[in-house]
Amino acid sequence: MATFNLNINGKSQSVDVDPNTPILWVLRDQLDLVGTKYGCGIAQCGSCTVIMDGNAVRSCSIPVSAAEGTKITTIEGLSENGDHPVQKAWMEHDVPQCGYCQAGQIMSAVALLESNPNPSDTDIDNAMNGNICRCGTYVRIKKAIKTAAKS
Amino acid sequence: MMPKFPFLKTKDPENKSKVFVPSRRDFLKLSSLATGGFILGVNFQCSGPKGELITFAPNVFITIDSDNLVTIIAHRSEMGTGIRTSLPMIVADELGADWSKVKIVQAEGDEEKYGDQNTDGSYSVRMFYEPMRKAGATARHMLITAAAAKWGIAASECHTEDAQVVSSGGKKIKFGDLVEQLKTMEMPDPETVTLKDFSSYKLIGKDVAIYDAHDMAKGEAKFGADIDLPGMQIAVIRRCPVVGGKVKSFNDEKALAVPGVNRVVKIEGAGIPPGLDKPLEGVAVIADNTWAAMKGRDVLEIEWDLGENQNYSSAKQLEEMLKSTSGNGQVRRERGNFNTAQQASGQIIERTYVAPFYAHATMEPPAAIAHVHGDGTCEIWAPTQHPQWARQAVAQALEMDYQNVKMNITLLGGGFGRKSKPDFVVEAALLSKAAKAPVRVQWTREDDLHHDFYHAQSAQRIRAVLDKNGNLSGWNHHTVFPAIGATANSAEIHPSDGELGLGCIDFPYEVPNIRIETHESKAHTRIGWLRSVSNIHHSFAINCMLDEIAEAKGVDPVDFVFNLLAEDKDLDFAGELKGDFGNYGEPLDKFPWNTRRLRGVIEKVAQEANWKKALTDGKSVGFAVHKSFLTYVACIVQVEKGSNGQIIIPEVHYAVDCGIGVNTDRIRSQFEGGAQFATSLVMTSAITFENGRVQQNNFDGYQVIRMPQSPKKIHVHIVDSMEKPTGVGEPPVPPFIPALCNAIYKLTGERIYQLPFKS
Repeated sequence: MATFNLNINGKSQSVDVDPNTPILWVLRDQLDLVGTKYGCGIAQCGSCTVIMDGNAVRSCSIPVSAAEGTKITTIEGLSENGDHPVQKAWMEHDVPQCGYCQAGQIMSAVALLESNPNPSDTDIDNAMNGNICRCGTYVRIKKAIKTAAKS
Repeated sequence: MMPKFPFLKTKDPENKSKVFVPSRRDFLKLSSLATGGFILGVNFQCSGPKGELITFAPNVFITIDSDNLVTIIAHRSEMGTGIRTSLPMIVADELGADWSKVKIVQAEGDEEKYGDQNTDGSYSVRMFYEPMRKAGATARHMLITAAAAKWGIAASECHTEDAQVVSSGGKKIKFGDLVEQLKTMEMPDPETVTLKDFSSYKLIGKDVAIYDAHDMAKGEAKFGADIDLPGMQIAVIRRCPVVGGKVKSFNDEKALAVPGVNRVVKIEGAGIPPGLDKPLEGVAVIADNTWAAMKGRDVLEIEWDLGENQNYSSAKQLEEMLKSTSGNGQVRRERGNFNTAQQASGQIIERTYVAPFYAHATMEPPAAIAHVHGDGTCEIWAPTQHPQWARQAVAQALEMDYQNVKMNITLLGGGFGRKSKPDFVVEAALLSKAAKAPVRVQWTREDDLHHDFYHAQSAQRIRAVLDKNGNLSGWNHHTVFPAIGATANSAEIHPSDGELGLGCIDFPYEVPNIRIETHESKAHTRIGWLRSVSNIHHSFAINCMLDEIAEAKGVDPVDFVFNLLAEDKDLDFAGELKGDFGNYGEPLDKFPWNTRRLRGVIEKVAQEANWKKALTDGKSVGFAVHKSFLTYVACIVQVEKGSNGQIIIPEVHYAVDCGIGVNTDRIRSQFEGGAQFATSLVMTSAITFENGRVQQNNFDGYQVIRMPQSPKKIHVHIVDSMEKPTGVGEPPVPPFIPALCNAIYKLTGERIYQLPFKS
């Protein structure tokens, strides 16, 4: 066990955990930030996506020891009232079905638009390739990203 | 003494026993219970001194508070179909509530109170459209009566809108302001209340956004693993890798040495058959947090007695199954004389079709939370499709009366049939009892793929006979797959009537000689039901074969299939079936098998997709039509080669006749998702077994499609209909599979006889 100082959603927090604990389980079990979901544990499905220093990363596969000194944004830190342009676009297109993967999808979309404000279809395909939606909401996800890009 | 389980039924995979037909009697049952513990005829829930909140609860689904809050109960599980929105909106529309202010509350698992809660078989809307309308209308009737009396005018001069009663003269009163007055009013018979005219609905038949969209976009929606209880511990289980195996011995020393691990507990499995509602044999590591539980499990030392399935190879079984289809099987449907037709044939086309085991791979792996209290009661939080079954299974495992089990339902991160089974909920209950603390059992993705209730692998052989004039005169369909029933009863070695009723035995075409046969195969793993069940492989084989016959005849496959159907006829298969035709639990006179409606969707999809032009333009388009879960669906899929030679799906057209379309946006979303789901079944997914063990571990091995492979445009054309509404969760899947296969054939010149097809 060791103590780590983390910057999550602009807030400094300290946790005392096994250094190998993935960020995902620190968020969920220690910090009660359960918007970030477990889906595969090996960075294959994207349900656990958070933004670390501007990049979409899979929190299930990064140990907490690598998180010190970085800035992490989770779905809970995206906006106070759910009015981030990507969240608004998600609601406008009524994207979710079961909703489980959507926090990860939204975080990947946010990171994409921050680095590429006007992505092509191929850019979107590439950026979202790491996020599986088993319900199959891909068509609406793409539409929502385009809507968010315009706003 | 064994506790009593008044609702515990033998689970039948075809949902027959679960389906009740909403009738007057059933609704009266609901509405009489509706007073929810209060004396019949007393239709308010509680009233305090003036100034306190009073609640009007005309039935279990609605409460109206004196502060004008309208609360509607969602009693079916939300796994992505939108049912948590679509049923309450029916109530709200009849009631005249202000939809933007309605609060939806998820019901506990309680059959006595809410009726059937098994969210399965695409029947929620079918079963509850009428009861929900009547629930809303009953409350509206009472509110109007109260307002009319207050104003001294006739009830016929009043209507409701935006949670107010409004008179034709322009008077308005909020629902909440009438609650006090409703105390003394008698409840009308829900069967005789007048329902609104369809044209006056503001929600039903429209696009209505899902209730949970905001919470989901904010990450605030609560799924199974998101519930936290004080003192809760986390369990991760190492289950026997081979179904039916047992723990011979285990050493927990290393696991207990992992910081955070508190205890190690053995769970007993049922052996063989494994059962549909029992845990598998395994050893659980219970820890303070998820990571510690996982690390502890990694170092568990277990010696297994792997049992009789330890040499099982799915590839070998599939070979045997396929071989068996060339012999005589058990005849399940017979029309005319196939042998005679064969002897007089001009041409025989014989093809085989195989499909693999599929896993559900819901994005949320199974997880459940249980808190077994010292006083002989238990509380559960679980993402379950079947709250009542879970409640009964937990009660049985804990030897407790089911009434002492409180079953809370969270959102489900996908279901597709997996979360009907309560095995993971029972695990949580047993472990909470052992730990004397609240416990969350957490399945990893590996657990999910290794220990699912799989869609069965299948082999089929179809012999089609064309007579000397080129007409299809004989159809001989052999099908073999391990039956769902074998999971609970090893003696079941043939597909059941129910499974054959899913798109095989109800072959609807006018072929004079039909013989449908099944063959034996044993289950060596847990078999379950996956979104559309055996319609998956039946539709694949039948529709690919029809496309090939059309080609042999040199005719357009759409015209061929259209003309192969009798015009405007209700089919009953009378005298031809050797067993029962389930019709998804509905009597045929109420939900007929109607060829006109099937022809209707064929015509519509061909027109909307501009089929003839697509053909003359040389596009690679494929067509299929399939009725399932009482919903008629035709599908046209277009494919192209991508820049790397990979197959891409630029466009899909669906025509769907599901009767009245209740929430049209959610109908479209189910079809959009169904196309994606079916693309995985065709292109990427398969579970295989060697030495009794599943060979795929995670999404790297069990692949499902991602955005780049997904169909790009999906058009859903809903037939305008006033027929009774039927479900849309499963029906998108079956016709898409062969439509895609037939399109790929156009593109590549190669027919697909084995799924998955990997480009």
